[in-house]
Amino acid sequence: MMVLILMVGIFQSWNIALSIFNLCLISAVMTMGANIQWGYAGLINFGIMGYTALGGLAAVLISVDPVQEAWRAGGFDILMSLWLIVVMVLVIRFVLKRFEKSKIRTYSIAAIIISGILLIRFSSEPGIEAIEAVDPAKTGFLGGFGLPIIFSWIVGALFAGGLAFIVGKVALGLRADYLAIATLLISEIVIAIIKHEDWLTRGVKNVIGLKRPAPYEVDLQTTDWFINLVEKFNSGKLSVIENLADKQAALNQLVIEGSSVFVKLCYSGLFLVVVIILLILTQKALYSPWGRMMRAIRDNEEAANAMGKNVVKQHLLIFILGSAIVGIAGAMLVTQDGLFTPGSYRPMRYTFLIWVMVIVGGSGNNFGAILGGFVVWFLWIEAAPISLFLINFFTAGIPETNALKAHLIESVPYFRFLMMGLGLLFIMRYRPKGILPEKIEIK
Amino acid sequence: MDFVNAIILLLNYIFIPALTYGSQLALGAIFVTLIYGILRFANFATGDMMSFGTMATILFTWYFQSLGVSLGVLPTALLAIPFGIIFMILYMLLIDKFVFKYYRHQKSPPVQFAMVSIGVMFVTQAVVRIIIGPADRRFFDGEKFIIKAREFKEITGLNEGLALKSTQVITIFVTIVLVSLLFWFLNRTKTGKSMKAYSDNEDLALLSGIDPKKIVLVTWVIAGILATIGGALYGLDKSFKPFTYFNNMLPIFAAAIVGGIGNPFGAFLGGYVIAFSEILLTYAYKKFFMYILPESMEPNSLVQLLSTDYKFAVSFSILVIVLIYRPSGIFKGKVL
Repeated sequence: MMVLILMVGIFQSWNIALSIFNLCLISAVMTMGANIQWGYAGLINFGIMGYTALGGLAAVLISVDPVQEAWRAGGFDILMSLWLIVVMVLVIRFVLKRFEKSKIRTYSIAAIIISGILLIRFSSEPGIEAIEAVDPAKTGFLGGFGLPIIFSWIVGALFAGGLAFIVGKVALGLRADYLAIATLLISEIVIAIIKHEDWLTRGVKNVIGLKRPAPYEVDLQTTDWFINLVEKFNSGKLSVIENLADKQAALNQLVIEGSSVFVKLCYSGLFLVVVIILLILTQKALYSPWGRMMRAIRDNEEAANAMGKNVVKQHLLIFILGSAIVGIAGAMLVTQDGLFTPGSYRPMRYTFLIWVMVIVGGSGNNFGAILGGFVVWFLWIEAAPISLFLINFFTAGIPETNALKAHLIESVPYFRFLMMGLGLLFIMRYRPKGILPEKIEIK
Repeated sequence: MDFVNAIILLLNYIFIPALTYGSQLALGAIFVTLIYGILRFANFATGDMMSFGTMATILFTWYFQSLGVSLGVLPTALLAIPFGIIFMILYMLLIDKFVFKYYRHQKSPPVQFAMVSIGVMFVTQAVVRIIIGPADRRFFDGEKFIIKAREFKEITGLNEGLALKSTQVITIFVTIVLVSLLFWFLNRTKTGKSMKAYSDNEDLALLSGIDPKKIVLVTWVIAGILATIGGALYGLDKSFKPFTYFNNMLPIFAAAIVGGIGNPFGAFLGGYVIAFSEILLTYAYKKFFMYILPESMEPNSLVQLLSTDYKFAVSFSILVIVLIYRPSGIFKGKVL
């Protein structure tokens, strides 16, 4: 796998190779999250997109500076609404505890929820309008806390874990394929909220120019030690050029290229640390008594239950853990892009592709998950060049003007779907346990 | 007079659009429910199969248009639908033979089927996009309106117009005919009854001499008809775009589950439940109240329960609520 990425570096460019590598690492983290749920516990979670987006939201809320004006305009109304939500939840809890289960209780809870939603909607409306009116081209939202963006990786995990707690409480009792549908739909609801609650997330207007944990290219290009470094690296290339002006121009070009490679390398380092930490933790967990218990629950729920294991609680726990890891990946993704675009969260890319990674890599095996993330993401990116090459190869005898050939070449980007689908089908059929199957050592 | 105006307003903006959208969802939902009831898996390729059928219909429509064949005031697509259906059924049988059959013989768990159907989803999506491209396409021709809003106003002298698109009438009419035929088939013919028996209890059905191969074949044929017609009607009424079809899978799932999965009649009604609740909850009632309330009580705001951005979220929330409180659906489907 590394060889393939190195080949991209040599044949296409180091920039592309590193961006593929970084996204491979992020995909690997997402896949590990999904793998914990599916491989360890047999829980099917098609809501990965929602947790990814929540992680991204955490990155925005942590790193963006607070918009003082917006807080003054509508902060009070928003805090009031939050307070109302808390009161509503407490009232519902009180009703649930105090009264016995009956039809009247169910209806009254429904009435509390509906009237609460209406109340919140009408009380928060002026505040939301005021916030969204504050310089809408630039802000129009509350902003965040102005902390370093790295913190968002942890907060993203907390957000995603919190959502997973609610979803798990609601949906975990369902049979497998219903759980899949329910989580898929809930993640769509999450995306709808993120897209349309502009006061919180700026919605489809996107948040750009987030802070970075890595230096900026522009700064690097003017830093002495970096220019010297690039000069040292390329001394062989530079010494060939005789003319001083040409040499300076070549050096400038190299510094510009080198700066973006350097920034990407910084990200790679950070991501690699996360992947390694997660790998160590998940490996430890897999071979711990807890991991054995999860496998027992997965393979025979009733037997595990009879042995005194709390299946419901463990399912909820692992659902939260896996989702939290996906949340970290979501925050990492936004950190590396430097922008948050709620419109780009689509189930194809953020849910189903991740599942292809899990299945192809090997469910239940953490190395398999990482491998799946790398292989599938690499193919996803390089599918277009590969299929272009194949089309040209097989239609070499046909003239360029042929309508069929032109049409095929035009639709090259869609061959990646075909590749993914066929790959998934073949793996499911001939190697149902994935490339690296689950290995359980019995000691 | 104001009262009549208010009624017409609701008819025009809520009732007729919801009925049309509901019919399109209902066809898809019956497709999902049949596959679930008889082949026993949640088909994640639903939306893309519908877009495949629609694509075949569009290709035939273009072919007929190039030949100069048309149906006059009716859209040419109606003529192309039967050919589209044949293509769709062939594609489905091909997929069944190479993909699903193996897992059926292995008696794989439903989750594995669902995963496999995701593979089929990817492949179908690729095939559709490679053949026809991802663009938004309109393939409607013929007369667009039966009654135009302006004409209606002139005839009746009311303030509110009632526009009736021909695609809406075609959708509702075709749905009624198709669904009645389907229920007649399921309830009255021998094959239909044996399908129901197979869905209820596979082993008993096999013991009583029902041929599983035939059941599977008939199921795919019906599924092909439903998918193509449902997809083509949606495409005629709105427009054809592969991505929209993929997204439509979600409300269709919601409709099938709300109605009680495995129960075709429930799925049929579920389509309307979803469509009506989506539109009722996101419609701004300001104008309606302006007609029926005296002037002094007229509302200032839009009187909209939820903004239209949350249209999809409404149907998903309904689904989640149903899943929690009544997982077998409103009209008792399979108990989960």
